[in-house]
This record gives sequence, structure tokens and C-alpha cells, in this order.
Amino acid sequence: MIFKGKVWKFGDNIDTDAIIPARYLTTSDPQELALHCMEDADPKFATKIKAGDIIAGGENFGCGSSREHAPIAIKAAGISCVVAKSFARIFYRNAFNMGLPIFESRELFEVIKEGEEIIVDSVSGTITSASKNKTFSINSIPPFMEQLIADGGLMKHIARK
Amino acid sequence: MGNTITEKILMAHTDLKEISAGQLINAKVDIALGNDITAPIAIKEFKKANGKKVFDKDKIALVLDHFTPNKDISSAQQCKFIREFASEQQITHFYEGGQVGVEHALLPELGIVLPGDLVIGADSHTCTYGALGAFATGVGSTDLAAAMLTGELWFKVPQSIKFVINGKMPKWVSGKDLILNIIGRIGVDGALYKAMEFTGETISKLPMADRLSMANMAIEAGAKNGIFAPDAITRKYVEKRAKRPYKFYCSDADAVYSDIIEIDASKLEPQVAFPHLPSNVKGVSKAGNVKIDQSLIGSCTNGRIEDLRIAAQIFKKRKAASNVRLIVVPATPFIYKQALQEGLLEIFLNAGAVISPPSCGACLGGHLGILAEGERAIATTNRNFVGRMGHPKSEVYLASPAVAAASAVLGRIASPEEL
Repeated sequence: MIFKGKVWKFGDNIDTDAIIPARYLTTSDPQELALHCMEDADPKFATKIKAGDIIAGGENFGCGSSREHAPIAIKAAGISCVVAKSFARIFYRNAFNMGLPIFESRELFEVIKEGEEIIVDSVSGTITSASKNKTFSINSIPPFMEQLIADGGLMKHIARK
Repeated sequence: MGNTITEKILMAHTDLKEISAGQLINAKVDIALGNDITAPIAIKEFKKANGKKVFDKDKIALVLDHFTPNKDISSAQQCKFIREFASEQQITHFYEGGQVGVEHALLPELGIVLPGDLVIGADSHTCTYGALGAFATGVGSTDLAAAMLTGELWFKVPQSIKFVINGKMPKWVSGKDLILNIIGRIGVDGALYKAMEFTGETISKLPMADRLSMANMAIEAGAKNGIFAPDAITRKYVEKRAKRPYKFYCSDADAVYSDIIEIDASKLEPQVAFPHLPSNVKGVSKAGNVKIDQSLIGSCTNGRIEDLRIAAQIFKKRKAASNVRLIVVPATPFIYKQALQEGLLEIFLNAGAVISPPSCGACLGGHLGILAEGERAIATTNRNFVGRMGHPKSEVYLASPAVAAASAVLGRIASPEEL
């Protein structure tokens, strides 16, 4: 798949309380959660972004709680994919299980500035910066995780089996 | 080459004869847990996948503990949705109202999770049960849905870090201080994707309540699970609670670790994690003059009877400072009753405390103790992220019950030694 969008940068250890604060967890409705996406890291984030935009995170993105509301909020807000230096493990599982595309790349965060447009190509495993014409690779995904994505998430993967 | 306790438990839940770190496996689940925040999504996914019957009604625990007693209409709706599912599926371990406690205090107390089990929970602090010598890990709601449907889940076998803790812990130093110190050393991603295995002479004498506090916070170092080899202390804790067989596993002498970290517990003082990360840890003597507005004693980390006894020891003949709101949350109905019978609740009331029903509410900024802009709390909980207990401009400092109690008395972050 190819994702093209503007980059929004966040730092290290962006926790799930920042992605979707617990005060909004009285619902699991994706559209309601989307209104508060990243609110405690950037209060106006949900109103600033356009469909297809990309989040760039530092180390340990999505640490903290197991709330699947976090990837749900990001996906429903219109973010096409998240690229981070590393992901916290429950967030990593959740994203694959529910179908939010995520990629690991250390270079993206170092090289790309907020607001730049990038193209993430999951098939060739590359990220290209539109302006700088710079290309770098994303860490490859284990074959099992690729299968999960191809099947459309964990529940559909199980149904297929 | 030998195996770690984590590898052995995972292997015992598969048909495999060999297992090693990094391997992707499908394993059978003994208990799958959900709460009032995470279960609704799991149930919807279960139904969307055309799920008719859960794999085993005795192996699922649904605990309505986060926004309960129902804080508003939408929380009540979420609980109602789960209640109807639990009734339709005749879920054995369904808890709410006067039966509910904070899930990670309740399940061990009732003997629902046992040594050697493979437990998954749609709650990150599911890792608490590693204190019993179980493999227990937090997952998301879709994982819970898959486990409820099939009784199995995929795992990547983690590498393990061994923590060897020796030396006698000084007075007022507890398991909470050990784990805060460890997270301070290795960072919030210091054990990312890995198992944290706690060993050493300090650990072999450590009471179960302290082990539960430590395993509880393994996730705060990014770990998949925290684990203690079961021993006589474990046996004493579980033998009167277990209603089914359980098994003790231990690591082989030649098991492989990605790292071994040695800690001298005799050199520690009570620890405090400053905002806004659990790794931002200092000794209490280096805290400086940090005035507090609230002291919260409770949670899945430190809401057990042993924690309340320590706090009561400090509040006996002492009051919370007039500008500090003291909130005490016994973690389960049984602990609440014990605290009542032992006279602890009277001590807390005399100290000026609000005694909360068992609930996760205050810890995650849900209800029953929210902070306003600019307010500071010392809390015996496990997370101090931005906005964790309320306003995004409030602050949370993590500490043991002894430090939270002493701080309530003095109105600033303080060591019990200062009283």
C-alpha cells in the first residue's frame, strides 16, 4: 500500500493517555474518539489534520494502557499511518489486530520536518520525502504480521483459518 | 540450553517440544480478562466475527471496575452492554456492584489466576499476576475477542532480563520502591517486548503483596510480563484460594537472558517518580519542597490490606494536612471488610480521609478524585503521564503507601522518617 500525507511530529514516549485521554473512554464510538485524538499532546490536533496525514513518533510510541481506543482514535481521525522509531508492544499488537498501518523507521524522525509531505510505500519498504527527494527504508514486518494485514486484521485472519 | 520460566509456561500452553525467544507461537489461554472500558469493543468484535458461544465460560473474567460505580450515563451503558453479554454467555467470573474490586487485586485474591497459568487481559496491568509465577500479559480488545472465541492467542516468545536483588531492605522500603528504582534505572522502554524476571535473596523473602506491586509495574518499563518463580510464599498465598490444579515452574540454571542486572536493596531509600514518566525517579530525600493537594492510597499497585496497614500505622494519631485531600481506596470488598475489622478505616476517617469504594476511577482520571489545573497529587498508583489523574496541567508523583501517607500528613512530598 502507498500512503501519501503531511507529517505531524511527536516526541518520545507518547502514551495512550495523550493519544486518547481516559476521560473520553466512556464510549468506543470511533467518530467520537477521533474528536479527541492526541488531545493531551496537542489540544487542537484533531481540527488541524487532513485525511491521509501521517504521524511521526519517536521511541516507545503508544506506551501505557492497553486501550485499543488509541489506534481507533488515530485511524478514525483520518491518519493514514504512523511511523515511529519504536512502538510500545500492546499498541503494536493493537494496530495490527485492528488495521492501523504502522511502520518502524529511525530515519524519518531525524530527517523529516513537521509539515513535510512524505510517501510511505509498504510494498517496497521505503519512505520518500516529496520535497527533499530523499528515500530511506522502513523496517520489514514479520511474515505473520503481513498475513494479519493482508487478511484485514486478527478477527478476519481467524475466520479465514 | 535451558529455558526461562516465561518460556516454559508459554511452551506448556502449546504442543511444541522446544521453544526459544523470538519465536511466534499460538498458545492456549487459561484466563482472558476484560473490564468496563475494554470489554465493550471485544464483545462487538466477537459478535462481528459471528461469535455465538465463548470458548469456555469458566475461563473468562469480566470485571466492571474502571468507571464504576457508574460515573455517568455512557459508563452505565457500557456496563449494561457487558452485563447482558455475561448473562447471555453465563460467564462464571463476572463481577460488579458489591462483588467488584480492582481487577488485578480481585483475581489473585479469589484464586481465579494461579501459578503456571497463561493469562491475557485487555488491561495493561494484567502483568500483575506474574507475582504468582504465571505468564500474564496485557493485550488489546481485539486480542480479547479472539481469545474469547478460540481460547488461543498469538505470542512472540520474549527474551528475558534477570534482575538479581540482594540485601535487606531498609525500614519503609517496599516492593514499590524496588520497582520504581528499576524503572528509573532502565527507563520506560528499558524492557520493551521483554520479560522481567525478579530473583535474589531479597525477592525470596519478599511478601506476596510486594511481589504483586512489582509485577504490576513491569509494563511501565515496556515489558511484556514480569515474573517471580513460585516458592513457599506463593504456595501459602494460593493454596487456600485455588479451586483447580496449578503448577510451579522455574527457570533452568542455564537459561539464556538478554541482560542480568544486580541491585543492592540495602542501599535504597523510598523512591518517588516525578511527572510525567514513571522512570523519572528520585530518592525521597532528594524530592525537595513539593507541596501536594491530594494523596491517593489505593489501586492495583498498592490497594491491598498490607498497603492499608502501612498507611494506618502512619495515620495513627496523625491527621492529613488541612489543605490535602486524602483518598483511600481499598482495592476489593474483602480488603475493605478486613480494613473495617482491623480498625483501619476508623484511623483513616480520623485522619480526614475520604474512603472510596473499590474502583480504578481516580488512578486513571476517570472519577472519584480528579485533579484541577495546576494541582499536584502523590499517588500509590502506577502512571504519572500528562493528564493521567485529571487536568492536562496537573501533576502526579508516584510513591509507596508509606510515602503517600507521610506526605499527606506534612502537606509536601516527605519520607516517613520525617514524622
